[in-house]
Amino acid sequence: MKVVVDLTRCQGYGQCAFLAPDVFTMREEALLYDLDPGDERREHVLRAAAACPVQAIHLDWAATRHAAEQAGPPAPGKSDGRIVIVGASLAGARAAGVLRREGFAGSLTVIGDEPDQPYDRPPLSKQVLTGQVPPDHTMLPRLREVEAEWLWGTPATGLDVAGKRVRLADGREIGFDRVLLATGTRARSWPNEAEAALEGVHTLRTVADAARLRQALAAGPRRVLILGAGFTGSEIASVCRELDLPVTVVERGPAPLVGALGGVLGDVAAQLHREHGVDLRCHTTVTALEGDADGRLRGARLSDGSTVEADVAVVALGSIRNVEWLRDSGLAAGVWGVACDAGCRAVDSNGLVTDDVFVAGDIARFPHPLYQYQFMTLEHWGNAVAQAEIAAHNMISDQAHRWPHLSVPVFWSSQFGVNIKSVGVPTFADEVVITQGSVAERRFVAVYGYQGRVTAAVTFDQGLWLEFYQRLIEQAAPFPPRFRHVDQREAAEPVPARVPERLVATAGATVVVTGHDPAERRASLVQAPQS
Amino acid sequence: MTSHSVFERILDPSGRADPYPLFGELRHTPVARQEDGTYVVSTYREIVALLHDPRVSSDRRNLRSAAEAPDLTLSFIGLDPPEHDRLRRLTMRHFGPPHSPGMVDGLRPAMVSLTTALIDGIAGKRRADVVDEVAYPLPVAVICRLLGVPVEDEPRFHAWADQIIETLGPGEEDRAERERERQAVAHELKSYLAGLAEDRRRQPGEDLLSGFVTYRGPEGGMTPQEVVATAVLLLIAGHETTINLIANGMLTLLRHPDQLERLRAEPGLIVPAVEELLRYEPPVQLVSSRVALDDITIDGTTIPAGSPIVLALAAGSRDPAHTADPDRFDLCRARNEHLGFGGGVHYCFGAPLARLETQIVLAELVRRLRNPRLAADPPPYRPSPVLRGPRHLLIDYDGVEPA
Repeated sequence: MKVVVDLTRCQGYGQCAFLAPDVFTMREEALLYDLDPGDERREHVLRAAAACPVQAIHLDWAATRHAAEQAGPPAPGKSDGRIVIVGASLAGARAAGVLRREGFAGSLTVIGDEPDQPYDRPPLSKQVLTGQVPPDHTMLPRLREVEAEWLWGTPATGLDVAGKRVRLADGREIGFDRVLLATGTRARSWPNEAEAALEGVHTLRTVADAARLRQALAAGPRRVLILGAGFTGSEIASVCRELDLPVTVVERGPAPLVGALGGVLGDVAAQLHREHGVDLRCHTTVTALEGDADGRLRGARLSDGSTVEADVAVVALGSIRNVEWLRDSGLAAGVWGVACDAGCRAVDSNGLVTDDVFVAGDIARFPHPLYQYQFMTLEHWGNAVAQAEIAAHNMISDQAHRWPHLSVPVFWSSQFGVNIKSVGVPTFADEVVITQGSVAERRFVAVYGYQGRVTAAVTFDQGLWLEFYQRLIEQAAPFPPRFRHVDQREAAEPVPARVPERLVATAGATVVVTGHDPAERRASLVQAPQS
Repeated sequence: MTSHSVFERILDPSGRADPYPLFGELRHTPVARQEDGTYVVSTYREIVALLHDPRVSSDRRNLRSAAEAPDLTLSFIGLDPPEHDRLRRLTMRHFGPPHSPGMVDGLRPAMVSLTTALIDGIAGKRRADVVDEVAYPLPVAVICRLLGVPVEDEPRFHAWADQIIETLGPGEEDRAERERERQAVAHELKSYLAGLAEDRRRQPGEDLLSGFVTYRGPEGGMTPQEVVATAVLLLIAGHETTINLIANGMLTLLRHPDQLERLRAEPGLIVPAVEELLRYEPPVQLVSSRVALDDITIDGTTIPAGSPIVLALAAGSRDPAHTADPDRFDLCRARNEHLGFGGGVHYCFGAPLARLETQIVLAELVRRLRNPRLAADPPPYRPSPVLRGPRHLLIDYDGVEPA
C-alpha cells in the first residue's frame, strides 16, 4: 500500500510512530516513514492514519487540504474540453487529481519526461539514502486511479499559445483548450563536464539519482564531499554522519542554509554540522574535482588552496528551472521561472495575463500579496501542492469563482535529528528574534520581521507553535512580538537577520521594448546566448 | 436572560446525560465570559488556536488570583515549557518512540487476554454492568502493569482516584475548597507511590516507575518528587479517561444498532469507530486548567491577562463549522479531526494506550455479546462535567459467544 504524509501539516504528535512503529519512526519531531509498506502492515498503517490528530497521513490520492465540498460544480462550459498538463511530478499529478475531483469530465493528458509514474522527492535525501526505504518505495499513492492519458518519458519541446498545441520531442503535437505548465526543476550539475563525468560525482534530484547515491554510500566510501550546504546538501551530510561516513561540506557562504534562513540560524546550522562531526568549510568553494587514471573521483581542490580526498562527491548547488522548452512561446519565461498572477495564470512577455495557460510548482513565479506583491518562486513541496490545487480549480472556474494563491509558504527539513520547519518567507526580513525555547538546546522558535511586522517564523523541534506564528504573519502583526508567553527564557532582543541580498536572477537586461504607438509596442525577452 | 448562564447549565449534574444541545447553545458565543471571570471557549477554530497559543499557560500559578499552594510539585499536565517538555520527554522515554517504540503495541497480547477473561466473566449471566465489570478493570490492570503497581493494591487507589476526579471542576467559585480536598487525598496516594518508587530504586524492574527512578540522561533525571507527581498523573489519567471512553462507546453503539451490526460485520471499522467516539462522546469534555498570560483577543473578545480559560473540547468537536452533520454518529466519518485528546504540547500523553484498549474491548464486546441492549437509557452518570461518563451501564443480552 502507498503512504504519503503531508509533512507541512504534521505537527510531530507521534501517534503514527506509536501505532505502526515499523512504518513510522520519529526522532524528536522529525518523522521518517516507509512510503510503500508491505500489505502485512496494512492494519497497523490504517490504525496510524486514523489516529493522526491533524489527518496528515494520506493513503490514497483523494485527500487534499482545500475541501472539495466548497468548490461547487465547475463553471458551465468549463467542465469539458481538453486539458493538457505538462509535468507529471508532484504539482502536475496533484492538479490532475484535483481536476477530476472537482468535476472536470473532459479529456485530460499528462505529459512527463521521466520514465515512471510520479514519486515523492523529500524522502530521497533522507530515508532513501539511509537505506530505511528502497528508492522504488517512493511512488505517490494511487495515482493510477486518476482517469487521464499519461505520457511517460515524453519531454515537451514547445508551446504554441495561439495554436493551442504542445509540441513533444517525438514530433507529436497535442492540442488543448487549457494547459498547465508544471515542469519543475532539475539539479544544477557541476559546470566542468569532464569533472562532472567522473565516477563518484553525483547530483540528487530524481529517484534514479537517489538509487545511485544510496549505492555509493552503502559501499562505504572513505570520504564524501558535498558541494553546497543548502537543505539538500545539509540533509545528505546528516545522512552520511548517520551512516558513520566521514564527510566534508564546502559552502561558498558564511554558513549552511544562509540563503533560506539568514545568517543567525545559519550559525546554528553550522554548529549542528560540527557537533555531528561534519568537516564544514565555509567561505570556500571547490575549484576542481580530480580523478584518477580510471576516471574515478579522487578528491577536490578548494578555493583556499587546500585539497580534500574523497571518493564520492555530491553536487548540491541548487536547481535550474525547466523552462527552456517555452523559449518561443511568448510567455514571460526565463531563468527566474514563468511569471503568473496570483491565480496561476501565466503572463506573456508583455506582462499580459493569458486566459488558458496556467503555471504551478517550482517554475511558477507569482506575486504574493503578503510580501508586497513581490514575485517569488518557491521550490517547496507544500507550495507545489497548494498551487496545483489553485491552478486546477481556476482552470475550470469562471472569473467570479477563481481563487488566489495566498498560502503562507511552509517548508520543512530534517537533519542531524532536528526537525526544522518554517512558515512565511524568512529571507523577507531585516531582523530576527528567538521568542521561545533555547538555541543551546536546539529547541526554539525564531521569528523574523521586516520593517516592524512579522514576516516568517522558523522552528527547531517546536513545530507545534507554528500555527500561532502563521496567524501573526497573516495579520501583519507588529515585530518584534511583545507579549508574555510560555518558554520565554530571557528578554529576547531582535538582532539583524543577516539575510542575503535578494538574489537577482540575472544582472543583464531581460527585456527590450519596441514599437511606437500602443498597438505596436511590444516587450521582447532578451535571450541569453546558449551556454 | 435566564438567571443561569448556558455554561452553568452544562455544569449542572441534571443535564449530564445529554449536554450536547447546551454545547450547541454555548457555541453561539464562541468566547463566553462567566460571572466569576472565567472565559469559556466553545468553537473548534478558536479552541485549536488557543491550544497552539504560547500566551496560554497550563500552570495555574499564573492566575491573577492564584490560590494554590506554591510549593506543590506539579506533574507535567500543570506545567508549561520548558519544564513541561523536559518532564514529558523523561516520561515518554520509557513509554513510546523514539526510545521505547514498541512499548504500547507490545501490550496488545496482554490486553487481549485480559479482555477475554473479563468477557468470560459475564458469560454466565444475562445482565451485566459494562462499567464495573469491563470498562473499569481493564484500564486499571493495564496501567498497574505499565507503572509497576502490584495488582493487589488496585482497590486502594481506585478509591483515591475516584475522589480526586470528583474534585476536578471548571468553576472558580469553590475551587479552593476542592483543591484542599484533592490535596488531602493526593497526599495518601503520593505516600503510597513514594514507597513503591523507593522499592524500585533498590530493585528496578521493567516497568515505568523503575525507568523513572533509574534514568539519568544529558538533561538529568526525575527528582523523587517528580517521580511521584508523574506516577500520580499517569495512574489517574491512565484509567479514568479510558473507562469513560469504553462506557460511552458501548452506550453509543447500543443506541445505534444499525452501526453496531455494521461493526460486527466489518470488525476493521473499530479503528475509525473509536475516533468517531472520541469526537462524538469524548470522555474529556472540558479542559479547565488554562490561564491567559497576556491579553488575548480572539473572535473579537479580549481575554484579560491572568484570567482562567475553559476549553469546551466536546463543543468544539461538534462544531458544524468544522464537521458536517456533527450530531450524527458515523462509524466511517472521513478525515475525522477531533479534539478528543486535546491538542498542542499537552496532547493526551496516553492517547495511543487509550485507543488500543478501547479498540480491543469494544471490538470484543461487539463480537461476543449476543443481542445486547440497554437496560436503562440514559444510564446514571458520574457527577464530573469534566470527565463525563456513566457511573453504571447495565446491559441485557442473550448470551456470550465463546472467545
